[in-house]
Amino acid sequence: MEIVKKKRRKAKVDRSLCVACGCCVKVCPVKAITIVYGAYAQADPGKCVGCGKCAKECPASVIRIVED
Amino acid sequence: MKKHWYDYLWIASALYLVLGFVNILFAWLGLACFFIPLILATARGSKSYCHRYCGRGQLFTLLGGRFGLSRGRDVPGWMKSKGFRIGFLVFFFIMFFVMLWNTYLVFAGVRGLSETVTLLWTFKLPWHWAYHGTLFHPGVAQFAFGFYGVMLTSTVLGLATMVLFKPRSWCVYCPMGTMTQLICKARNRAAIRGAGEEAPLRHSAAGSEKG
Repeated sequence: MEIVKKKRRKAKVDRSLCVACGCCVKVCPVKAITIVYGAYAQADPGKCVGCGKCAKECPASVIRIVED
Repeated sequence: MKKHWYDYLWIASALYLVLGFVNILFAWLGLACFFIPLILATARGSKSYCHRYCGRGQLFTLLGGRFGLSRGRDVPGWMKSKGFRIGFLVFFFIMFFVMLWNTYLVFAGVRGLSETVTLLWTFKLPWHWAYHGTLFHPGVAQFAFGFYGVMLTSTVLGLATMVLFKPRSWCVYCPMGTMTQLICKARNRAAIRGAGEEAPLRHSAAGSEKG
């Protein structure tokens, strides 16, 4: 029997353009996003539910919701 | 979500703008918006000021979000480019030092007090109603006029981009945000390089900031 892996949606941050303002941190309902070393935002794929709130909030629009 | 005391700092930011119309000497309080993020960035390597304590950002979120005064469009690509952000930081600082130089001239007695607030580095707005004399040197008042101009200019720019783009578009090119990010990147250079493509989330507690 073939095992079908269900695709899950996750937030992905374009680190090179992230301004590390943390707007995404504030809106994340599952606290999956952290600002790493004051340099960029990063979503924990283990926690992220792919709701897209961070992508909508990001003032620089550098967060995309991608299927892993 | 549980509210903290710092979630109400937008009131302080709004009050600051109002107080500048009442007595210009209150403008000195705005130095907190310069020093606190710099101290947090240099001492702790953290940009927590932006998402935790920045009252101006909260004000933009409120006006653009809840009050619906923002079109919610994406900012143009050039606005988030490194070149523009650093260029704006440099420009902002040059104008800041011009303001400091004008303050120095008043302190040195070369120039008299100018009871005006310069908006967008160009327009000199009469602001004499907010000056009721000072117990100190007129230079103290000159700095207040100059600094309030800096704060008002950045607020007006922030409001303009709030309306045109997403509510907190100002955060993209905020000079303090750019500077604190550069400080954090320099301070945590080794750790960032070591983190590689994906930072070790479970082990980055010291370097990470949560909401």
